[in-house]
Amino acid sequence: MKKGIFTLAEARFAAPNLRLMRLRGDTEGAAGPGRFVEASVPGFFLRRPFSVCGVEGDTLTVVVKLAGRGTERLLALPEGAQLELLTGLGNGFDLARAGERPLLLGGGSGVAPMLYLARELAKLGAKPSAAIGFGTAAEVCFEREFREVCPELRIFTMDGSRGERGLVTQALGEGCSAVCACGPLPMLRAIDEQSPVPAQFSLEARMGCGFGACMGCTIETANGPRRVCKDGPVFSSGEVRW
Amino acid sequence: MNTTVKLCGIELANPVIPASGTFGYGAEFAALYDINCLGTFSFKGTTRSPRFGNPGPRIAEAPAGLLNSVGLQNPGVDAVIAEELPRLREVFHKPVMANVCGFSVDEYVEVAAKLDACPEVGWLEINISCPNVHGGGMGFGTCAESAAEVTREVKAAVHKPVIVKLTPNVTDIVSIARSCENAGADGLSLINTMLAMRIDPATRRPVLKNLTGGLSGPAVFPVALRMVWQVYEAVGIPIIGMGGVSSAEDVIEMLLAGATAVGVGAANLREPYAARDIVEALPRAMAKYGIDNLQDITGGAHNG
Repeated sequence: MKKGIFTLAEARFAAPNLRLMRLRGDTEGAAGPGRFVEASVPGFFLRRPFSVCGVEGDTLTVVVKLAGRGTERLLALPEGAQLELLTGLGNGFDLARAGERPLLLGGGSGVAPMLYLARELAKLGAKPSAAIGFGTAAEVCFEREFREVCPELRIFTMDGSRGERGLVTQALGEGCSAVCACGPLPMLRAIDEQSPVPAQFSLEARMGCGFGACMGCTIETANGPRRVCKDGPVFSSGEVRW
Repeated sequence: MNTTVKLCGIELANPVIPASGTFGYGAEFAALYDINCLGTFSFKGTTRSPRFGNPGPRIAEAPAGLLNSVGLQNPGVDAVIAEELPRLREVFHKPVMANVCGFSVDEYVEVAAKLDACPEVGWLEINISCPNVHGGGMGFGTCAESAAEVTREVKAAVHKPVIVKLTPNVTDIVSIARSCENAGADGLSLINTMLAMRIDPATRRPVLKNLTGGLSGPAVFPVALRMVWQVYEAVGIPIIGMGGVSSAEDVIEMLLAGATAVGVGAANLREPYAARDIVEALPRAMAKYGIDNLQDITGGAHNG
């Protein structure tokens, strides 16, 4: 873990209430799909956790979804503003276990860290395919970016207004080496129950500290209580007691 | 310039003590800085059996603080002794404070006696003030008689100093403090968190699954300071003042109110280097306020 001041170098809305923010600062040790940062929010006591969605040189990308008053403040933050970040948090996906033809499943704002994972897996020579799911067509984002690295991409919307109607779990099947997923808990649970191949899940949790001290985000697992922030946020098939 | 203080006969290099439940068993912080710079720290509240704690969400934001409803998650006293203390010994080389909790007087006594026998432990902090468990914790700390009973029974079973941690969720903390002193307590810690709630307007439900939680952080500092002041006037045993302490200035305020040492809790969760930064800032703050010897200022605000 490292603490540093980052400057909001560039920001754009990838979808309504979903803001991609590029932060410039000391990114040493921050990289890794599935890992996260804790960002200070002006006017709030606790930091807020966000998945790392890319690290290039001194620039770290996060995607912030409007969830409450803290994220509302972050969505309104002007370019040039400074944020204090704790970086290098969490375990991240085990890329070696993803195999040659991994299937990446992303739901809602969970698609952003999966794009980062897809890019990193492609760099290693794997051929990831992806299925990304949203509520409606208006929320669909990162399609072009996924197509650049995933030979096969399926898009789902709950209301069928774009791509296939339904849930990304419909993409589960035998044809892949492993599954990696990020999204709402019910989606992850369904994947754990239905996937015929080993899966890794990046969990979301309301956190206190983000580095293992407060026990605020503990979940039940097959190996006993585990902290999402420190022992996760990535867990494997059969591990989480949903 | 002298930052040492004496807590129940044991000298501390400085009065800064990370508070129980915000510092685990030290490992997360030892990875960031040498935690031997601290006076000591109080490790995670320990019960007889392993506890998962309450279901989540168990953290909520508050103006200048946070609510938690963790509910004493811990691996149980035997695992603490077998697994956590050996790891703790690797990173912390001073006497540590063991935080003891229970759901019956017997449980307090058993856990305290087991931890009393551990060479790593310097003090036993008896937590009769956790607001997040039912049928234990704060149940013992809101009534002078039961607070005295726990204190008396634990004292009879251990050799090390017994520091009783009090809840602010009472009408008169002074009477509880007196009662613990009369029952043999060697010191008092105050305050634990204040019972609190948040509601999410979007779901129209309390944010915490446990409905209520304990408020800590700078929001409670003036309340804690007032209670330390009141208790100091009423008892003769040392007080560990805690509640929202976030700076060296806050430490000095606590000492002036009557504390001998000072707990740092929520600040560790917002700012992982908080306790170290406070220790490092103490000499400058002492110079600023003309303090040569920290132990000389305990209760200093009561003069005149």
